[in-house]
Amino acid sequence: MTIALYIAVMAGVTYLIRALPFGFFSKKIKSQFIRSFLYYIPYAVLAAMTIPAIFYSTGNFITASVGTVIALVLAYFRLPLIVVALAASMAAFGVGFFV
Amino acid sequence: MKKDSEFLSGMAAGIPIGLGYLSVSFGFGIAAVRLGISVLSAVIISFTNLTSAGQAQGIEIISSGGTLAEMALVQLVINLRYALMGISLSQNLDKGFTLRHRLIAAYGITDEIFALCSTRKKPVTPSYMYGIIVVSSFGWTAGTFLGAAAGEILPAELIAAMGLMLYGMFIAIIVPPAAEKRSVLLVVICASGLSILCKYVLTFMSGGFAVIFCGMAASLVGAVFFPIKEEQKE
Repeated sequence: MTIALYIAVMAGVTYLIRALPFGFFSKKIKSQFIRSFLYYIPYAVLAAMTIPAIFYSTGNFITASVGTVIALVLAYFRLPLIVVALAASMAAFGVGFFV
Repeated sequence: MKKDSEFLSGMAAGIPIGLGYLSVSFGFGIAAVRLGISVLSAVIISFTNLTSAGQAQGIEIISSGGTLAEMALVQLVINLRYALMGISLSQNLDKGFTLRHRLIAAYGITDEIFALCSTRKKPVTPSYMYGIIVVSSFGWTAGTFLGAAAGEILPAELIAAMGLMLYGMFIAIIVPPAAEKRSVLLVVICASGLSILCKYVLTFMSGGFAVIFCGMAASLVGAVFFPIKEEQKE
């Protein structure tokens, strides 16, 4: 079987999963319950993706933890996304020389 | 004029995603080549799929000679969360988001792009979303190419530290609303706790499933105990 077929199936299925609901679901949801549920989804999903994965993200628990703390503090003071992300990453990189 | 500035602000918002993707897809590129997939194929996979977990499983299936049905089913299950995200996102779209725009922008529904769009205070315009998608897709595809073609050249320490970028961005999205609203904070703690449980106790659950399960369960708790009133939602 050629790899082109695999890629076509892979990309086709992935696109349809994204496009069908997003493209054709356009009415406003009235239910307060469902609206609330959808409101929390991004925060809940991001939290689940971040914890505990962030502590494994650099391959070293200590550098990852330092980066995490830096990110939490800077985010609390509402610094822009790119600043938080870069500072966390650079802090982990810096600490990496000492551990 | 307005369109341009929306596109540019989308691109600016997409920079952390693009850089984060660059580092993650770098790893994907290395993995793909190790499994015997050509550099060109790896790049095409990344450009056409724009997803991490699905691609990681996809190249396993390709290298082990799995069937196309298996490929389709695995992609369906792993990426099912995008359907949910698409519905959620459809609630906060600008009026200019016609069907044509939706069908194009659907290509770019990923965990990170979804999070960025759905936490935006203003309604999401096509230009804004395209701005994010262009930067993200470029980062994802370029990272795959670099990883596949030259994985061994960059210092390992730098690549490792770059792995933190995406998560740093997630934290920057989560923390301000969590500090402001107790309900968001509790939902976030709930989701994190469940995620830890899945990682160390309910280990039979794959990563993709665990994220869906934790995200939905915690949001359900939020919707039951802290329903959001219309006017509270800005």
